[in-house]
Amino acid sequence: MTTRADSPNFLNASHGIASWLLTKDHKRIGIMYLVAVGVAFILGGVFAAGIRAELATPAGDLVSADTYNKLFTMHGVAMVFFVLIPVVPAVLGNFVLPLMIGAKDVAFPKVNLLSWYIFVIGMIITLYAMITGGVDTGWTFYTPYSSTASSTNVMATGVGIFVTGFASILTGLNFLVTIHRMRAPGLTWFRLPLFVWSAYATSLVNILGTPVVAITVLMLAMERALGFGIFDPELGGDPVLFQHLFWFYSHPAVYIMILPPMGVISEVIACFSRKPVFGYSFVAFSSLAIAVFGFLVWAHHMFVSGISPYSALVFSVLTFAVAVPSAVKTFNWTATLYKGAIWLKSPMIWVLGFLGLFLIGGLTGLFLASLGTDVHMHDTYFVVAHFHYIMVGGAIMGFMAGLHYWWPKMTGRMFNDVAATVSAILVFIGFNLTFFPQFVLGYLGMPRRYHMYPPEWQVLNVLSTGGSMVLGAAYTLVLIYLAWSLMKGKAAGANPWLATGLEWQTQSPPVLHNFDEQPVVTEEPYNYVGREVKVV
Amino acid sequence: MQQPAGIPLFPEQASTLAASVDNLYFAIVAVTAFFTIVVSIAAVWFAIKYRTDDPTKVGENIHGSLSLEIGWTLIPFVIAMGIFGWSASVYFDIIRPPDQTLEIYSVGKRWMWKFQHVGGQSEINELHVPVGRPVKITFTSEDVLHDLFIPVFRVKADAIPGRYSTIWFEATQTGEFHLFCAEYCGTNHSGMIGRVVVMEPAEYQDWLAGGGTDLPLEVRGEQLFQELACNTCHLENGTGRGPSLERVFGSQVALTNGATVNVDESYLRESILNPQAKLVSGYGPQMPTFQGLVSEESVMALIEYVKSLDAPAAARLDATPAAGND
Repeated sequence: MTTRADSPNFLNASHGIASWLLTKDHKRIGIMYLVAVGVAFILGGVFAAGIRAELATPAGDLVSADTYNKLFTMHGVAMVFFVLIPVVPAVLGNFVLPLMIGAKDVAFPKVNLLSWYIFVIGMIITLYAMITGGVDTGWTFYTPYSSTASSTNVMATGVGIFVTGFASILTGLNFLVTIHRMRAPGLTWFRLPLFVWSAYATSLVNILGTPVVAITVLMLAMERALGFGIFDPELGGDPVLFQHLFWFYSHPAVYIMILPPMGVISEVIACFSRKPVFGYSFVAFSSLAIAVFGFLVWAHHMFVSGISPYSALVFSVLTFAVAVPSAVKTFNWTATLYKGAIWLKSPMIWVLGFLGLFLIGGLTGLFLASLGTDVHMHDTYFVVAHFHYIMVGGAIMGFMAGLHYWWPKMTGRMFNDVAATVSAILVFIGFNLTFFPQFVLGYLGMPRRYHMYPPEWQVLNVLSTGGSMVLGAAYTLVLIYLAWSLMKGKAAGANPWLATGLEWQTQSPPVLHNFDEQPVVTEEPYNYVGREVKVV
Repeated sequence: MQQPAGIPLFPEQASTLAASVDNLYFAIVAVTAFFTIVVSIAAVWFAIKYRTDDPTKVGENIHGSLSLEIGWTLIPFVIAMGIFGWSASVYFDIIRPPDQTLEIYSVGKRWMWKFQHVGGQSEINELHVPVGRPVKITFTSEDVLHDLFIPVFRVKADAIPGRYSTIWFEATQTGEFHLFCAEYCGTNHSGMIGRVVVMEPAEYQDWLAGGGTDLPLEVRGEQLFQELACNTCHLENGTGRGPSLERVFGSQVALTNGATVNVDESYLRESILNPQAKLVSGYGPQMPTFQGLVSEESVMALIEYVKSLDAPAAARLDATPAAGND
């Protein structure tokens, strides 16, 4: 049996704050990302609580309209740019990707550390913008409001997002090169764990898409500071151009957020079903299909923004097409459970929660892809509910599944599985209570970003606010038992879930350079059946 | 369908379009519910049926099935394309107004909607319309993006500074309904709301008659046409420095760059504010820009005047301003 005292691991190999801040170890950088993203998640959660508290009553009585507008803007900025985009690739990806492919580190360890610093600098600039008055444009920064009307900290927030984008680009570049060049002997492309495929697809989107948002923010800055007239119709510009540029990045960014959690789901579902993922190559290629088609659907955010009806047709049909690979993945995951030996530990409960919420999130996208219904539903609470089902119900549930799955590997300690199961169930209930009423409110016609609303909609809003309290409590519970695990959790051993995959062949926490000997791969992934599983 | 007292769960259907949008909606609800239920039941059923507490047990070595993969790729694709086709046809019904509509102009500005009836009546955050008659609203924004949204009619479009948007609807029941701004526009975005009052045609005529002493739009437009000296170049007989505007609305005109353009509200607006953008063939770029010199409401009056030049002169004299302009 491997014990934590066997050989020095990456956590106790060196000590002191400098040993962390100057580390080039992908595992430590992953944990540093976890801390930074955790801060942003708590901040974003506090803003969300403010929004839901205000909406408990129809009148705008808790905070002023300007404060409310800043709350939902800063909630969106914190959650999208500083949580959802980095949470799986930069936290879990950094930690497990090199381990999964049998590498000592990523291809460019110094660049990896640089990306963390860039991320933190971007975050500090954005925090500065929030503390010194905040920003009220919505996370979408639509012109001409953002370029000419808003008197809040648009520039500083834009700079923060601009800077942070480079962290995504560098991480994407690092992963691509790492996956191409540093796979263990014998680890062919079709022996790669599916998490690696999804990280690969995500990295492509990061590298191709992120520069566009950087350019867009730059154009917005030029417009605001120097009056360039790119978006201002008075100067011959076009405000709708901004939306094209913004969504050209920000729609693919949705896939940056959801593809990596999809990879997590494939890993966890195979492990706790004790069998290979059903239709491996279909799941792998659907990730690439989503990454490619994801670039061709941006204008479905603009069906009522005055685009030509014929281009609306094209973007609608492509949007319906991009739904298919996601459906394929969902069917394959479900089929993986069939005739499995299903061990219902807490990571698997998070996965089942993901499946339920992602199904609803994905299918409700059909209403918005559909031109005839989108005209009515655009910019209503239906949209808010839909993307929270994908982003929180999908991406965050997937992250939670991965965090629980790899937590013993990251920390060397176990957590209380009962508490984790209860949390997953509470998150599922609280989430549905928060966001399901918003589908109903949306079809009734409640617009987004409303500080006040007609009184007949109060009951549904109170349900939503109540649900958000359950959700907040459930996430707090996660924080508590994970903190407990760090201090008092029992030793995990190298492979507590009896999983296949190279990351489980080294001790927990891993040694400084991941493996004592270079692992060699001789078999397909998830080969539970062909392997004699030993109890450790 | 009047809502019972209590918690509203579904919006009223108050336009001819509402039912077709709702039918599509319910069809997608059915697809969504079917797949959610089937997949959820399958997942939960498998998780219970194949559950084990023995972590050393392994599952069956199944790698996949090509026929299943093809099946569950093609079936969602076919369903998706079916919904797409249906939704596209509903969409064109929503965006294409019928030929004969009651025309109303509107301007959104932070944070109010101003509606301008062609008879001269104007109102703010209220919109009075007759039941059973198609209404087309042509609107723009004076500052940032807004969005005119009337949930019970299932219509919505962004108000975009620098261009015109339109929505159309035919109300099917009288009553008062919500009207919202659905595109975030700053501090009082959620206060940029109003009500649509749908009236019986006779009541509507009464309302129009009592709607103040403002001049009808086309008369105001005619006055502006003279004040701004448009009439010195745009002569009726076509011998002026600018093209004649008689019967130009709704026609196709050739441009200097060889293209043709359909003369609609948007083209007229552009030609007033940015005359060099699309020059009519045979005319030079002499016309000055009126950008910043005339308000959006004045532009609307000018357009309404140009549209009135469509009708034979005799009919124009007979037209009663209060009856609107079909």
